[in-house]
Amino acid sequence: MMAVNVGEPVEQELVLANTTVKLKKSGSGDPLLILHSEMGNAGWLKYQQELAKDHTVYMLSHPGCMGSDQPDWIMNMRDLAGWYLQAIEELGITPMNVIGLSFGGWIAAEMAVMSPQTFNKMILVSATGIKPEEGEIFDIFGVTPQVFQQKSFFDPSNTSEYQIVCPDELTEELALEWEYARESTCRVSWRPYMYYPALPNLLNRLKNLETLIVWGSEDEIVPLNSGQIYNRNIQGSRLEVIKNCGHRPEIEKVGEFLKLVKEFL
Amino acid sequence: MLIGHFTEQPWQDDSSGLMGTQSTDLGISNSFYNPAVGASLYNRYLDEKLYAEEMGFDAFMLNEHHSTPFCMQGVTNIGAAILARQTKKAKIIILGNVLPIWDDPLWLAEQLSMIDMISYGRLVSGFVRGGGRESFAHNAPPHFNRERFEEAHDFIIKAWTEPGPWRWEGKHYQYRYVNPWARPLQQPHPQIWIPSTVSVETVKWTAEHRYPLVLLATKLEPTRDAFQLYHDTAKENGYKSGTQNLAYLFKVHVDETEEKADEVARKYLSGVSNPFLAGNEGQINPAIMSLPGHTSRTSNRLQAAAFGPAGRFGTNRRPYEDQVEDLTIISGTPKTVLPKIRHVLEYLRPGSIFFWDGDGAMTHEDQMRSLRLMGEEVIPAVREMGKELELFSSFEVDPRTGEKIESAEEVSS
Repeated sequence: MMAVNVGEPVEQELVLANTTVKLKKSGSGDPLLILHSEMGNAGWLKYQQELAKDHTVYMLSHPGCMGSDQPDWIMNMRDLAGWYLQAIEELGITPMNVIGLSFGGWIAAEMAVMSPQTFNKMILVSATGIKPEEGEIFDIFGVTPQVFQQKSFFDPSNTSEYQIVCPDELTEELALEWEYARESTCRVSWRPYMYYPALPNLLNRLKNLETLIVWGSEDEIVPLNSGQIYNRNIQGSRLEVIKNCGHRPEIEKVGEFLKLVKEFL
Repeated sequence: MLIGHFTEQPWQDDSSGLMGTQSTDLGISNSFYNPAVGASLYNRYLDEKLYAEEMGFDAFMLNEHHSTPFCMQGVTNIGAAILARQTKKAKIIILGNVLPIWDDPLWLAEQLSMIDMISYGRLVSGFVRGGGRESFAHNAPPHFNRERFEEAHDFIIKAWTEPGPWRWEGKHYQYRYVNPWARPLQQPHPQIWIPSTVSVETVKWTAEHRYPLVLLATKLEPTRDAFQLYHDTAKENGYKSGTQNLAYLFKVHVDETEEKADEVARKYLSGVSNPFLAGNEGQINPAIMSLPGHTSRTSNRLQAAAFGPAGRFGTNRRPYEDQVEDLTIISGTPKTVLPKIRHVLEYLRPGSIFFWDGDGAMTHEDQMRSLRLMGEEVIPAVREMGKELELFSSFEVDPRTGEKIESAEEVSS
C-alpha cells in the first residue's frame, strides 16, 4: 500500500459502482468516511488533517462533483444513497464510521436507514434531509455561491480557514468546484427542497447505531429544529450544539468540533 | 413575408411606485398588484391585438413570463384562446409555451389542439426552455430543463400525430393512457417555431428539426451569426434553409412626428423594470439566471464565444441612444422608419418579422397611433420590400424542404 502523508491526501481516480470517481485518502487507522457538503470538497482542511492522525480518512467526490462522473440514473436521494452503499462496499471499508456534513449528512442518514449495519458510528453535522417543524431550510439555489458561503458562517472574519473555502479572489477552479457540486446536489434535492418527507419515520429503524448530531447554535442554513428531529427519531442519539457557530462547525469551530468527534469515536 | 405584432404586456400602475424604478428581478412582492388595474390592462392589450389585425398585421406573437411585472401574461394559452375566437385572419404565434415547467404535457397538447381548432388552423406553436426565472417561479428542476424540453416536445408531437390510445413510459413523463379527445386542425400538426436568445444548442436543435428560428431583439451582428449557424447546421443535416426558416423580433414604434416618436420610444425604457429592456432593466438576479445545470457546461462555453461572456445581457444593457444607433430600437415617422427596417431586412434576411411596440410605459393611445400608422403606411411598404428582397415566410415556402407551398395564399391580402 502507498504511504500516506497525514498533511495532504493522496488523490486517486477509480471506478466504483460503475462510475469513475475521485477519492481523497489520508492517514492510518480504522476507516472513516467523510461525506462532503453541497459546496464540494476543495482543499484539505484542519479538521481533516487532525482526523487523519487517528483514522484512515476516505472522502469521495460525490457523483457529478469535481473529478467524478455523473451517472444519468441518479435522480433522487434514494438513488444517490444506493450508489454510495455499493461504492463503499467495493472500496472494502465496511463497516466503518461516517461523518456527514450538511447535504452529506442527509446522504449518510439515508444510507443508514437503508443499511444500518454499514456504519459503526454515525456523525451528522448540520444535516439537511429533514423538513423542520419550525423555520425552513435556506434556499441555496436562490443566491450566488459566495452569498451562500457567507451565510454558512456565523463570523466569517474570525474563521481562520474562511479564505480557503471562500476567497475574496475567486479562482476558476473553485468556481467550477462549486458549480458542479451545486449541480449534482440540485439533481436530488430540488423538489421537495433538501428533505425527504418520510425520513423522520424511517429513522425509527436505527436502534443500534450510535449517532452524534452536531449543530451550530447560529446555523442560518438548516434550522436547529431539524437537528432536534434527527435527535428525537434516532434512538440513543446525542445532539451537541456549538455556541456562536454557523452551518459549518467543522471549519468555524474546529477545536470544539474535533473534541466532540474524537470523544465520540 | 409575415409581419407580426408583439408586446410584453407590461404592468403599468403609476400609483404603485414601480414605474421607472430599478428593482431586482423576482424581487417585487405582489402586494403591489392591483387586480382592478390588471383587469383593465388585460382588456387593453387584447383590444390592441384586435386593432392590429384590423390594421393588416399578419400575426400576433404571444409569450409568457412568470411572477414578474414586466410581462402580465402568465398563461400564454389564455391570450391565444381568446384571440382564436375574437380574430379572424391573423396567425396566433405562441413563442412560446415553457415546456420544462409543465408536469403534464398531455394537458398542454389538448389546449393547443383546442386553440388550433377554435382559430380554424391559425396556431403556430412555439416551445421554449424558459429562463431561470420560469424554472424558479414554478419550481421546475433546472438540471433537467433540456431533457424535459426534449421529452415533452417528442411527447406532444406524438400526441398530435399518432392515434391513441398508447402508453408513454419516459424518463420524465409517464402515462398509461394517451388518447386526447382533441386533435389539431392543421395536419399533421401546427407549425413549431422556436425562439432563442443565447443558446447555441437551441439554434442547432432547431435547425436539426427544420423548425423556424426566432431571434428575440438581439443585436444585428450576433443575430446574423446565429442565423448563419442555423444555415450551416441545416447544410450539415442535408437540406437548404432560407428566409422561411428565420424570424426576427425588434422594437419599432411609429408616430406622427419625429419629436413625438422620440418622446414615446423613450418609454420603452421607463416602465416597470424589465431585464429585457435596456435602460430600466433593473438588477437581474444572478443566482436565478444561472440555476445549476440549467445550461449545459458545453453550451456555456459556446455562448461565451458567440455572444460574449455576458450572453444576451451583454448585448442589451445599453442606453436608449445606443439602441437607436444600432437599430435595436427603431422609431420615427413612417418615412424615417422604413429605410431602417429595410436595412434590417437586407442584413438579416428573415422571412418573418415582429414589431415590438406598445411596451414599457407607452399608453394605449401611443400604441393605437402607432398601429394605425403602421397599417396605413408601414406594413404595405414593408410587404413590398419583402417581395422585392424575396423574403418568404414558412407559410409560403416549406422550411423543411425549401419548396414553395402550392396552396399558399398571400398571407394577408
